[in-house]
Amino acid sequence: MVSDQSITSNSQEIASQERWQKMYESTRFRRGLWDKAMVYVLSLCAIFVLAALFLILSHLIRQGITSVNPDFFTHLPKPVGEKGGGMANAIVGTLYLLVLAIIVGVPIGLGAGIYLSEYANHKFAFVVRFVVDVMNGIPSIVFGIFAYIVCVLPLKSFSVLSGGFALGIMMIPMITRTSESFIRMVPQQLREAGLAIGAPQWRVILDIVLPSSVGGIMTGIMVALARVAGETAPLLFTAFGNRFWNHDLMEPIAALPLQIFAYAISPYDDWHRQAWAGAIVLISLVFMINLLAQYFVARQTKINSGK
Amino acid sequence: MTRHDTSDIIFRRVLVCFPILILIIVAGILFQLIHASWPTLNKFGFHFFASQVWDPVMEEYGALPFIFGTCVTSIVALLLAVPIGLGAAIFLAEYAPPKIAKFISILVDLLAAVPTVIYGLWGIFVLVPFMRSTVQPFLGKYLGFLPFFQGPNYGVGFLSASIILAVIIIPFIISVSREVILAVPMVYKESAYALGSTRWEAMKNIVLSHGKVGILGSIILAMGRAIGETMAVTMIIGNNVTISSSLFSPGYTMASVVANEFSEATSKTYLSALIEIGLVLFIFSVIVNMLARLLIWSVTNQSHQTAKR
Repeated sequence: MVSDQSITSNSQEIASQERWQKMYESTRFRRGLWDKAMVYVLSLCAIFVLAALFLILSHLIRQGITSVNPDFFTHLPKPVGEKGGGMANAIVGTLYLLVLAIIVGVPIGLGAGIYLSEYANHKFAFVVRFVVDVMNGIPSIVFGIFAYIVCVLPLKSFSVLSGGFALGIMMIPMITRTSESFIRMVPQQLREAGLAIGAPQWRVILDIVLPSSVGGIMTGIMVALARVAGETAPLLFTAFGNRFWNHDLMEPIAALPLQIFAYAISPYDDWHRQAWAGAIVLISLVFMINLLAQYFVARQTKINSGK
Repeated sequence: MTRHDTSDIIFRRVLVCFPILILIIVAGILFQLIHASWPTLNKFGFHFFASQVWDPVMEEYGALPFIFGTCVTSIVALLLAVPIGLGAAIFLAEYAPPKIAKFISILVDLLAAVPTVIYGLWGIFVLVPFMRSTVQPFLGKYLGFLPFFQGPNYGVGFLSASIILAVIIIPFIISVSREVILAVPMVYKESAYALGSTRWEAMKNIVLSHGKVGILGSIILAMGRAIGETMAVTMIIGNNVTISSSLFSPGYTMASVVANEFSEATSKTYLSALIEIGLVLFIFSVIVNMLARLLIWSVTNQSHQTAKR
């Protein structure tokens, strides 16, 4: 009797084990299939992103490279119908605007970055960080409207000044956050060493903290510069664009992105070619600034790890 | 000692001016936008957001078509960008060999650095003809029973603009959600593997559910980008004041109407109406960004706490 019972329970156990085995076998196949399929799906996603970049760059080079010639860098735009011409004024205009943007954006952004990293660990700093982050997400065209109201309307003219002002304000949040995080990385011992030999805190900041984080600060400036260099929207009704040379701060000026936009939506084939060429020059400028940023990051990490 | 104290106090007082200046600038933007759009705020009130009529000649202004266009393009762009961006982020963080992952993320950074006017240029001359000749006829033929894929096929329109927007925001989704995925502690994944899960199951059940708040933050951040994106959309959406259920139809967004018509706005009310659209854009983006920041901050604080424990 006893042995009988144990036999039945044993056979039951075996049956349930077999059931489990079967379930396991059947799901294992499905799960393995899913797992393999997802590898392909996920790599396809990555390939798609690379394909987008490749498509854009390849079209850019194929369509524009023939028009990137010495004339393009030295001549003014030609009127419709005449072949050739260049964007010399727009290239110089973009440089003017970027210099102005640096003058407006760097002091404020950097000052706020230093303050946030060195002094503030209370509510005010929290509010400022939050506002700066939110400001980073404000659409560029809104900065354009702001510059129009504050600069263009009172001066009664589209101008280099207003364009540089719009771009400069856009740079502030990026510079603040990047420089803050890099200045924060300066080892606390360095600050303490300075304070221990009797230096006031402001000398410690200016003579020790800033010099040892200069690579990081430059990174922040370069990243911000790279972003505003390609901005078009805030320039539409501030710098406005100009078909001729201009060296007057109070007059409208041409800029590369503006010129690309104007030529792209025009109906003329010559201008389309010029737009592609302008795009090559603009993208090279932006990538070069980004490379500079990479260089500064590498330098800074070397300094940080060396200490 | 006291000399140090006074010089330090002066330095600090000077330095605190900069963050205050930033607060003043942001407050100033809000104030100036409200001030400059006061004529239409006063005249049309809430009707401005409900009316479909945009007639500068008759001085009738309603922003509904633009709000509609911004919402449609952003949502469709997110529908396209989120699966692809998230997939690529998971691939980069968990599947790809480190060297390849590094190489690809450099390329993704390049994609993020391309000025949007160049996306627009590419859109006009490459994407729009392709949509007109191939994609939209195909969609119309096989999915034409849906209201989204009906109507005349111009090439320019909501769908083309959404695709360009998706390409623009994908790098943002990738870089933020990759950080979030990398921040998931190794132990959690190892426990999942120890229990016999496959790699994908560990991704789905552990990594994605652990990082879902941060990933949501990255998506909302990308939405903020999509709402405010101006140039690429302006160049290929077709610039037509309309509300249509068809994605083939040319449309208009808030940012692109401001970009297109601002320098032509002759009358005071016209200008004020455009600035009011800018104000709406400002408020949209501030709300979206606040939400995203709060989500991302809550995640990073949480991970700091677990690290401390």
